Amino acid sequence: MTVLTEGNAKRRSGYALRPPASLTLICLFAALAGAALIALTVGAAGIPLARLPAALGLWGDAAAGPSLARDQLVLWSIRIPRIGAAAMIGALLAASGAIMQGLFRNPLADPALVGVSSGGALAAAAAIVFTDSQIGQNFRFMQHQLLPIAAFAGSLATTVILYSIASRSGRTSIAIFLLAGIAIAAIANAGIGLLVFIADDRQLRDITFWLLGSLSGATWPKLATLAPVLGLAAIACLSIARGLDVLVLGEAEAFHSGVDVERLKRISIVLVSAMTGVAVSVCGVVGFIGIVVPHLLRLVIGPAHRLLLPASMLLGAVLLVGADTLARTIVAPAEMPIGILTAAIGAPFFLAMLLRQRGLVSL
Amino acid sequence: MTAILEAQSVSMVVGGATLVDGIDLCVAPGEMVAIVGPNGAGKSTLLRMLSGDLRPTRGQIRLKQRDIESYPPRLLAFHRAMLSQHVNVTFPFTVEEIVHMGAGDAGRAAAQRLVDAALGEVDLAHFSQRQLPTLSGGEQQRAHFARVLVQLACGEAQHGPGLLLLDEPTSSLDMRHQIDLVETAKRRAQNGTAVIAVLHDLNLAMRFADRIVLLHRGKLAVDGGRSDAITAETIRRIFEVDVKIDYTDAGVPFLLPQTMRPAAVQ
Repeated sequence: MTVLTEGNAKRRSGYALRPPASLTLICLFAALAGAALIALTVGAAGIPLARLPAALGLWGDAAAGPSLARDQLVLWSIRIPRIGAAAMIGALLAASGAIMQGLFRNPLADPALVGVSSGGALAAAAAIVFTDSQIGQNFRFMQHQLLPIAAFAGSLATTVILYSIASRSGRTSIAIFLLAGIAIAAIANAGIGLLVFIADDRQLRDITFWLLGSLSGATWPKLATLAPVLGLAAIACLSIARGLDVLVLGEAEAFHSGVDVERLKRISIVLVSAMTGVAVSVCGVVGFIGIVVPHLLRLVIGPAHRLLLPASMLLGAVLLVGADTLARTIVAPAEMPIGILTAAIGAPFFLAMLLRQRGLVSL
Repeated sequence: MTAILEAQSVSMVVGGATLVDGIDLCVAPGEMVAIVGPNGAGKSTLLRMLSGDLRPTRGQIRLKQRDIESYPPRLLAFHRAMLSQHVNVTFPFTVEEIVHMGAGDAGRAAAQRLVDAALGEVDLAHFSQRQLPTLSGGEQQRAHFARVLVQLACGEAQHGPGLLLLDEPTSSLDMRHQIDLVETAKRRAQNGTAVIAVLHDLNLAMRFADRIVLLHRGKLAVDGGRSDAITAETIRRIFEVDVKIDYTDAGVPFLLPQTMRPAAVQ
C-alpha cells in the first residue's frame, strides 16, 4: 500500500514508472490469446469451450457427434478467417496511427481522422464501380488485387497531399494539418457520395460496406493479402523506431542528431499509406483504433517507438478482435457495423484526450 | 593547425531579403568563438548554415576540408553537434531517454557512461527519470545540452575533435546555469573542440570566448579578440546603446549599459 501511494505520488510529479518491455509484450500476447479464444466460442452459432479442441482438430473425441461437422464449418470458413482479419487489421491500424503521430509529433494524428482512410475508401469505391462498368469488365477477375492496390494509392495520395500542405520548411503546423485533414476527408466523402449516386444496386451494396466498415467479408484470400503487408510493416517499423524517437525533437534537431529526415519521412508516409490502405480495402473505414491504442500505451510504457510500435500492434489486435466479437453478438442474429462501434467508443475517448490537453496544445 | 570549419563568402537570400551577406569565417580546433549582434543580424541563420541544416544561397562551407553538403546526415552528426534555440518535445520521454538520443547507435554500456557524465555536468542527474515535458524551460534546455554533449563525445571518440554549435544556449537559464553551461563549452574547447556559440550576453561572450564575431545587418562587422572586438564606439554604432567598458582585476573586460539617464531615474 505504501509502495502504491509512493508510486502514485511519483507519477503525479512527473516521474516515469514503466513496466519492463518483456512483461508488457507477454501480457499483450496473453490478452490477444484470451480475446481470440472468446471470439472463437461466441457468436450466432455458439461453440462451447469443451467442443473447441475437437472442432479445431487438436484433440478430443473425433466422432463427437452431429455438431462436429457444423462446428468445423463455422470455425474454419467463417470465424477463424474473421478473427485473423480483425487481429491483423487492428495491428495495422494501431501501428499506422502510432507512426503518423510520431511523424507529426502529435498524439492527435490518426489516419482515419485526417482523411487518409477516406482517400483509400474513395479509391476502393472507384475501383468497384470501374470493374463493374463496360470498360472495366476485363479487370473484374483481378478485383481482389485491385481493391487493396487502389486503396493504397488513394491513401498514399492523401497522405502526401496532407504532408505537403501541413509542413513548410521543416516545420509542421498541427492546426493546418488537422484542418487540411478535415477538408480532404470532406472531398473524399463527396467523391464517395458521387459514386454512390451513380452506382447501380449491386455496386451500391458493395460501396456501403466500405462506408460503415465490417469484417463480415473476411475470407482466406483476404488474409493472404493482409499477412505479407503486416509482416513487412512489422520489419519496417523496427527499422524506423529510433528515427521516430529522435524526430520528437523536431526535424532540424533530428537532422543535427544524424537522422536522414527526408528518408524517414518517405518511409513513414509510404508505410502509413500501405497499412491504412490494405486495412481499408478489407474492412472499410474503421476509425479511432489508431488514436486510442498508442495513447493508452504511451501512458503505461512510455513513448519510445521500439516498444510502442510492436505493443500497438498487439493491443490494436486485441481491441479489434474484441470489438468485432461485440459487433457480431450485441444485436445477434443481426450484426452491427464495426465502424459504428469503434467510433462510438473512440470519439468520446478522443474528446477526453482533447480536454486533458486543452492547456498544452496550442492550435 | 588546420581549421575545422571554413566558411567562404557565405550568403543567404530569402525572398529578396539578404539575411546573411558574404561572411568569411574560419575556426580552428580548440577555439571558442562567440557570435554576437543585434536582433535580426543573421546570427541564427549563419549558425544553421554552418550546421549544414540550411544551404547557403552563395558561398561554400567546408567541415574538416570537406564540403559540408557532401556529408550524409549520420556522418555529419559524428563531426558536429548542434544545440538549437527552441526544442519542443510533445511526447513524455524521460530526461535520460532524451539524452540517450545523442548516443545514436553506440554500445549500451558506453552510451550509459556518457549519458550519466553529461547529466552530471548539466546538474540534472537527480531528474534523469523525470518526463521532459514536466520540467521548466531552463531545465529542458540543460537536458538538450546534455544530449548534444553526448553526441559530441560519441563523435570525438571516433573521429577526433569536432565542432560544437550552440544557438543562444543560455536564453532561458538562471545566472548560475548560464555560467555552468558556457564553462562546460569552454572545457570542451580546451580539449580541442571547435566551439561556436551565438550569445546575447556580451559579458558572457567577453568572459569566455577567445574570439568575438560581431554581425550587423547580415554583414560581418568585427572579428577579433575579446578586448579589441568590443569597444564602446562599436557598441554605440551597432547596438545603439551607450556603454561603459571596464576591466576586472584579472583584466577581463566587462560592460555596463548607460541608458539609464539620471533624468529618467527621477
